[in-house]
Amino acid sequence: MDNTQQRIVITGVGLAAPGADNLADFRKKLLAGTSDIQEIDLRYFGSAPAGICDFPETKYRKKKENKRGTRAGCFGVYCAHEALASAGLAHDYYDPARIGVYIGLTEHGTVETENEVYNISKFDYNVDYWTHHHNPRTVLNNPAGEITMSLGITGPHYSIGAACAAGNASLIQGVQMLRLNEVDMALAGGVSESTGSFGIFASFKAQGALGEADDPRMASRPFDQSRNGIVVSEGACVYVLERLESALERGAKIYGEIVGYAINSDARDFVLPYAPRQAECMQMALDRAGLTPEDVDIINTHATGTKQGDIEECKAIASVFGNAAPHINNTKSIIGHAMGAAGVLELAGNLPAFDDNMVHPTINVSHLDPECALPNLVLNEPVRRERMSVILNNSFGMVGINSVVVVQRYTP
Amino acid sequence: MTRDQIKDLVLDIIADIDDEADFETLVSDQPLRDQLDLDSMDFLDIVMELRKRHQLQIPEEDYPQLASLDSCVNYLEPLLKDA
Repeated sequence: MDNTQQRIVITGVGLAAPGADNLADFRKKLLAGTSDIQEIDLRYFGSAPAGICDFPETKYRKKKENKRGTRAGCFGVYCAHEALASAGLAHDYYDPARIGVYIGLTEHGTVETENEVYNISKFDYNVDYWTHHHNPRTVLNNPAGEITMSLGITGPHYSIGAACAAGNASLIQGVQMLRLNEVDMALAGGVSESTGSFGIFASFKAQGALGEADDPRMASRPFDQSRNGIVVSEGACVYVLERLESALERGAKIYGEIVGYAINSDARDFVLPYAPRQAECMQMALDRAGLTPEDVDIINTHATGTKQGDIEECKAIASVFGNAAPHINNTKSIIGHAMGAAGVLELAGNLPAFDDNMVHPTINVSHLDPECALPNLVLNEPVRRERMSVILNNSFGMVGINSVVVVQRYTP
Repeated sequence: MTRDQIKDLVLDIIADIDDEADFETLVSDQPLRDQLDLDSMDFLDIVMELRKRHQLQIPEEDYPQLASLDSCVNYLEPLLKDA
């Protein structure tokens, strides 16, 4: 049987973002364009704008388990449970051996390692004081594994390392595993605990790519002339993915159908993006979906607020979409860059457009960079669009990785 | 440290690991592990905390001595007599 065309749908969403711990509140924040970016104080580094999440960390597991695990695991467990709840799925609906957990990460272990080096610095760097928790906390499958332990899932679990394209990459993995009949349900998403690492901030700063502003809520401003870099955020989003027939059988609410996707590599530079390859990635995703640029209603951009990154993506979009007129927005302007969770959180923030027909705005643009002046860029205020059928979600990452996911409103 | 102080020290360390640990019904000569939500990683936390707080290096072969509250106190009493 040819499973490659099997239809895969999103039936549940659990998330924690700066300013929201559920999809309805998140959507409200995005439509209102309300940023909760704040100044935080980082060890060694000092103050920087960042997106911090406030969510009920002990709703699904004890404080003791959160202390033992990682911040990433805590995010993952909360979002996985929330996703199942929003899907109306009991834990035992699917055979636990037939559930896969795929979690996208930009990086993992940085926070834990920095903390541990700091800890032994208090003991004159005597490694006798190095914690036995270090390895289980820093293995790359940690956040996915913490989800399986919390939910009793015995199917496959692993992390997808794809820099800031990782959220999309995990969704793609989930789709593929469902189509291969490796699993009957997938929990796929992305997690970022990056705000716990001074090194990530310091590295962006050393690269000249750390966003700043007098008012931290203005620090993330993709497409604006004055943009000066990335605002690092923590956050997570996990989706329930099912085969369409399984979802219909149990009468599930369908948030959207993943109809196209693509991942490719620039094969050029460690940090600089490359428009021609991004364009190829978008075109491949559209081709796989059997859609044309004219079919797309929203392009949710990856743009992070760096000078060159935003321009490259705009060039790529212009070359693929030409005179087609999708609306174009950017979620990072409101929530910052949630790294491994960026792709999935940004998609989640746009999925309700299928219900409310609105396109959330890109905020903090007072002087649009002419090199980013794409037609139908949604700036500062949301817009209503008559037709809302297709969302194209871009997520690109360092070392030259591009990912695109295309989601369509479900139609029988 | 007195035996009572050592007992409080051990309970304080366990409370740090699990702030929901219930000591009300703890039987001091029975294994901690059977009565509290503790596993082998938690015992390593106890060992590490003793190292951090009192510079005690507890060899692995002695870990079984930390099984119950009483056996902890018995084992630690000579080690912490000057603490």
